[in-house]
Amino acid sequence: MQAEQLLNNNNGNMARRSFLRYAGAGVAGVGILAASSSCHKNHEVSANVATDVGTGDFGALNYLYVLEQIEAAFYKQVIATPYTGMSATELSFLTDIRDHEVVHAEYYQAVLGVSALNVTVDLGPIDFTSRATVLAAAKSFEDLGVSAYNGVALNIVLPQYLVVATTIASVEARHAALIDLLLNVNFVGSDQVDANGLNISAVPSVLLPTINKYLKTKISATVLS
Amino acid sequence: MNIYNIIEEIEKVDPDFQDRISPRRAAIKNITSFGSKVAVAALPFALGTMFKKAYAQTAASAAVLASLNFALSLEYLEATFYDTAVATSGLIPAANLAFIQSIQADEDKHVTFLQNAITAAGGTPIAKGTYDFTGGGKTTGPTGNGPFPTVFSNFQTFLAVAETFEDTGVRAYKGQAPVLVGNALLTSALNIHAVEARHAAAIRYLRTSLGYATVKPWIVSPNSSLLTTPDKTGVNSNDTGITQVNANYGGSTSITTASPFIPASPENMTTQNATATSATAAPTGGVNILTLPSVESTTSTSVAVATAAFDEPLAMADVLAILVPAFII
Repeated sequence: MQAEQLLNNNNGNMARRSFLRYAGAGVAGVGILAASSSCHKNHEVSANVATDVGTGDFGALNYLYVLEQIEAAFYKQVIATPYTGMSATELSFLTDIRDHEVVHAEYYQAVLGVSALNVTVDLGPIDFTSRATVLAAAKSFEDLGVSAYNGVALNIVLPQYLVVATTIASVEARHAALIDLLLNVNFVGSDQVDANGLNISAVPSVLLPTINKYLKTKISATVLS
Repeated sequence: MNIYNIIEEIEKVDPDFQDRISPRRAAIKNITSFGSKVAVAALPFALGTMFKKAYAQTAASAAVLASLNFALSLEYLEATFYDTAVATSGLIPAANLAFIQSIQADEDKHVTFLQNAITAAGGTPIAKGTYDFTGGGKTTGPTGNGPFPTVFSNFQTFLAVAETFEDTGVRAYKGQAPVLVGNALLTSALNIHAVEARHAAAIRYLRTSLGYATVKPWIVSPNSSLLTTPDKTGVNSNDTGITQVNANYGGSTSITTASPFIPASPENMTTQNATATSATAAPTGGVNILTLPSVESTTSTSVAVATAAFDEPLAMADVLAILVPAFII
């Protein structure tokens, strides 16, 4: 536990990442420290030790930045290897979404600067030749994104950063609705919109296991609620 | 630290304290077991949370209540709009009825949710208003003589007005987010905000699918070479093809200097708020989206992408200026 706290209490991500970047043995060292402190968790190899998104507003924005990196990687692949029978309209929509996700990620990187948490995405075994599979994956990414944006908002203290997140959040909701329409399912289906007419939302701790499925280096959000 | 004393002290100034925390009264009575489950060091936190929750139910600030009532006024407008449309025979084609009814149901639920939230927060929900969905209000002559006289007789006109309401609703909720920072109601407001965005995208998709317009589910600047000056009139931001609603996509006229919370900006800007040096310092300046890398270029992003990828907020005063008295009489 102490080792984890040591890392998490590090004042900002910059110092820690610089450490990881420049110290050749850094990753292994961190792994040993964290592994010794998490015997109750699954015994994964040191390379899978989670990187924390950090504290405060930057922690929340980094968490969202990670999501955008996953979405950008996904749609880049969708357009690079179009599924069988992709119509011109679908190509246009999906290209737009790809470009939006790419610019969202770039924007977060610009906002976060040296604190930006760059990750390596691992999309896993998605069959990019299948329309049904790709659109189902797109739906799950977009729905996850909307839920994540709304669920992390309470962690943001400065209104300016809340504006940053909300200007993007509604565009993710627009994407989600469009993907639903392409799938010919309700754009405000009961799987995503509750009995009060509210979009569902979830805090980082609930969504991290899903998010981590798509990351080579896992992330944690120990300080975000 | 003596927890019993703290509670007694509060009761001296607030006799209703026990009622406020009534769901947690059992926990207070069984304070020993409560304590045993919470680390001693965390007890102040647990108490703080308990008090915060007890009072958050009843003591919302005037600004929060005003924000919620503002949201309710928008939901009344939308709910009445869709209720009227669904009740008007011959307006909505059978093939599109379920689609519109999905939206209608959400707006009706939003009204109920906000009424309950305002009451729970110690406020009084405002009453439903009187509406002129032709957009005439009292400004351009008799009620019903606005720019959309066929709003309930022509499906194309109806969808055009619906699109504007939904897009404006998204901006309005977004503009209220800074008021709700740290308040549990922020999450609810953003959850409604997301549903309004889903509606907006769907209406836009439907308009294009039916051949009524060529709009994307997202708001793309109709001008590919803007925006060196703020587009306050909205002429370069309004992609709906309906010039009468330019202001819905325009910049703030109520905010004369750039606000870090609600940019005095139109719906489509190419510079977004916030560059930062630390997580706790207020950001300064902005990020020029047009110079960010894209798939096509390592040094630039197109105006279309830069504008569509972000939905900008609009301040309460500006939303009201657009809707009152044109639509809300």
